[in-house]
Amino acid sequence: MSTTTSTNSPSGAEGPGRSRGKAPAGERVADWADGRLGIYSLAKANMRKIFPDHWSFMLGEICLYSFIIIILTGVYLTLFFHPSMNEVVYHGSYVPMQGQLMSEAYKSTLDISFDVRGGLLIRQLHHWAALIFVAGMFVHMMRVFFTGAFRKPREVNWLFGFLLLVLGMFTGFTGYSLPDDLLSGTGIRFTQGAVLSVPIVGTYLSMFIFGGEFPGDDFIARFYSIHILLLPGIMLGLVVAHLILVFYHKHTQFAGPGKTNKNVVGMPLLPVYMAKAGGFFFLVFGVLAIVSAIATINPIWNIGPYRPDMVSTGAQPDWYMGFSEGLVRVMPGWEINFWGHTLVLGVFIPLTVFGLVLVSIAVYPFIESWVTGDKREHHILDRPRNAPTRTAFGVAWITLYFISLIGGGNDLWATHFNLSINAITWFVRIGFFAGPVVAFIITKRICLGLQRRDKEKVLHGRESGIIKRLPHGEFIEVHEPLSQEQLHTLTSHEQYQPAEIGPLVDENGVERKVKPLEKLRVKLSKGYYGGESQIPKPTVEEYKEITSGHGHH
Amino acid sequence: MSTQETPEEKLPAGQDTAHGAVRVADEKNPFADPGLPPHEPRIQDVDERAAKRSERTVALLFTLSMLATVGFIASFVTIPVDQSVYIFPIGHINALNFALGMTLGIALFTIGAGAVHWARTLMSDQETADERHPIAASPEVREKVMEDFRQGAKESVLGRRKLIRNTMFGALALFPLSGVVLLRDLGPLPGTKLRHTAWQKGKLLVNMNTNEPMRPSDIIVGSLTFAQPEGLDPHEHGYMNEIAKAALMLVRIQPENIKDKRELEWSHEGIVAYSKICTHVGCPISLYEQQTHHALCPCHQSTFDLSDGARVIFGPAGHALPQLRIGVNDEGYLEALGDFEEPVGPSFWERG
Repeated sequence: MSTTTSTNSPSGAEGPGRSRGKAPAGERVADWADGRLGIYSLAKANMRKIFPDHWSFMLGEICLYSFIIIILTGVYLTLFFHPSMNEVVYHGSYVPMQGQLMSEAYKSTLDISFDVRGGLLIRQLHHWAALIFVAGMFVHMMRVFFTGAFRKPREVNWLFGFLLLVLGMFTGFTGYSLPDDLLSGTGIRFTQGAVLSVPIVGTYLSMFIFGGEFPGDDFIARFYSIHILLLPGIMLGLVVAHLILVFYHKHTQFAGPGKTNKNVVGMPLLPVYMAKAGGFFFLVFGVLAIVSAIATINPIWNIGPYRPDMVSTGAQPDWYMGFSEGLVRVMPGWEINFWGHTLVLGVFIPLTVFGLVLVSIAVYPFIESWVTGDKREHHILDRPRNAPTRTAFGVAWITLYFISLIGGGNDLWATHFNLSINAITWFVRIGFFAGPVVAFIITKRICLGLQRRDKEKVLHGRESGIIKRLPHGEFIEVHEPLSQEQLHTLTSHEQYQPAEIGPLVDENGVERKVKPLEKLRVKLSKGYYGGESQIPKPTVEEYKEITSGHGHH
Repeated sequence: MSTQETPEEKLPAGQDTAHGAVRVADEKNPFADPGLPPHEPRIQDVDERAAKRSERTVALLFTLSMLATVGFIASFVTIPVDQSVYIFPIGHINALNFALGMTLGIALFTIGAGAVHWARTLMSDQETADERHPIAASPEVREKVMEDFRQGAKESVLGRRKLIRNTMFGALALFPLSGVVLLRDLGPLPGTKLRHTAWQKGKLLVNMNTNEPMRPSDIIVGSLTFAQPEGLDPHEHGYMNEIAKAALMLVRIQPENIKDKRELEWSHEGIVAYSKICTHVGCPISLYEQQTHHALCPCHQSTFDLSDGARVIFGPAGHALPQLRIGVNDEGYLEALGDFEEPVGPSFWERG
């Protein structure tokens, strides 16, 4: 076995330009680690890994960095926060609350805000970062959706991301419920009412969650362990898995000269992306710190401690829960009583729709790959216009989401814009059904228009803005032909042909039964890729025909 | 799912099969991939003075960061925690929070800006290509894995020894039940808890603000008065649960304006008492329109007509607010004539 002399780094001993027998300290540390962790094979694959550049690829980074900021600031907050519902009388430094009865949770949040130096800053940083985190995930997910980056082999990572979004929403919700102020308590009450609406088990669920009747003495402590341990633990695992898959799959890229489905063009992790991505972490952190310095968020001292018999107007959840709030607000109050039971459809339907809206976006990649039947890997991103039906679905989904969000703030719309709340409610009720349809149609039209323009550009060149007068007096605008790079970029997207139901009789003349599922698939495929849904991209023949004629056509 | 598989020739020609390797445009294909464009040098690549300028900019940013951190520590030590300061255009804000946030923000932002500027101006910006390899394993690897698995499965004899297999599945399926059982003590069973409140026959109505019992003359037309049953003390444990159900609101309506017959019967001299807890999801109703006798829940805008049995006239609530039957005792104070006859607050499965 090895002796002490042979453990001395052999490369150091043999290295020509080095002092005898000694590698630099950094190398020796790396050798030590490699001998135990095998870091060199890891570094070989990843240290100079190529990442492509596009502004939209940094949206995911914003999520990652705000997640890290949330964890850092959250750990700090746990040092001062008391997750207890014990009633105490306030004697702290915030004068307007002197002598008030409040829970320890609320009191310790006041202490963090008024007595701990820097506590308010960290609290606000935590809350701002949480808002940016969820918003970032939302926008990042839209980027991935509209460019088709969710296609094989990335479907699993899409699901990881989706889970992160949902868990992020609920972590946020349990987090802003912790201070036990009047607003957050009202949100909890709403949640309890929604839980009660669940058929058969709702009452039991409510009793178990709250340790008895609402509000009880337990939910702050329970939400606390969910908020700081259970959900973030799962999310941390998912974030790591998400990133491992990003590295493993290698990042997608937009089409362009030199970029194919079999390569990835960009700059290396070390040093460029170390510096850019590492620097971007500090940029995000810095901006959030400045925002927290100048913009107050969740001023719980203005709201007061929670009492189940009190409420303030303009009660709103944080933005990411707003669309579920909207669904609840505009739903008619349907209740069905039968055999001594009550089916609370007025609350339970919105609760179900809330889940369905989210799940619909989660399963979309699987639906699309079923329609196309395409089992190949895709690493080149689609421009949204080149997948009109997908883009239209995405915009329809966003429309549904934002119309519900409007419903969630119907009181604020009413008071700020002097509108009738009944009118807003009816607008949302109709818009919930009509809005997505209209958005779908308009989006598809716009995409097709943009495809036509691309085709025009490829075949006839770019409008130069130069007006030329011909000898016989006619004015024409000079069109400049595109460069080969541009021609390639604009024609490199793939276009599917609609699927067809195969022959109805097989080679032996026996009639084949067409399954309804297959019929559905063909129908969907026609909708996706039929003549109405995409403009055939220019062919080489068309191009030659036009260019050889030198503009006489 | 094999029927859904689209044959390869039906799929659009991918970029690679269509154009293959890099080549210049030719007669045959003007759309061919011309390959990576040549690298265009930045000014820093050709002019050492420009590079020096970039270096100084980066160093300046990093230095600013150090100064900002010093500023952070200085603010922490010197600024009192309760001092406020006027900052245009925000207004009066906490001085310490502002100073700490700004210095921390600048310290972090300048590190980031420096690093990004460094990367953009001084690090190589030569684009290079990495190859991709299919994620799926080659058929040989796949065959090897399947073979290994079959071998392992065979050696485990799990398929042959059915008794082991079945009892193992049974054991693994049963043991999580212990965990489910352990959750039982998270809370009590509902029982009839949601059907009763602290109200009883003879309980006085106590004004929430003054904490005093009320006479009918204390309730005037057009005002909204909140009440709780006598004997509830906010300092006592369990108060929150009681008030969450017992909170009451009182209004006085001219008896001739009360449209609902039972409402009139359960009122006293036009004073009606309704549960303050919304029947939608349980927010406390707090807004009252004197002229129309409408009560509005500020959470989801359910609106109840207090002159007509508190029926829902707008919003997502599913049923009317429960009414409390009230009267006056021998001493002339308002009292309850019993508990609510139906559960207060949001609906639930067993409500019926």
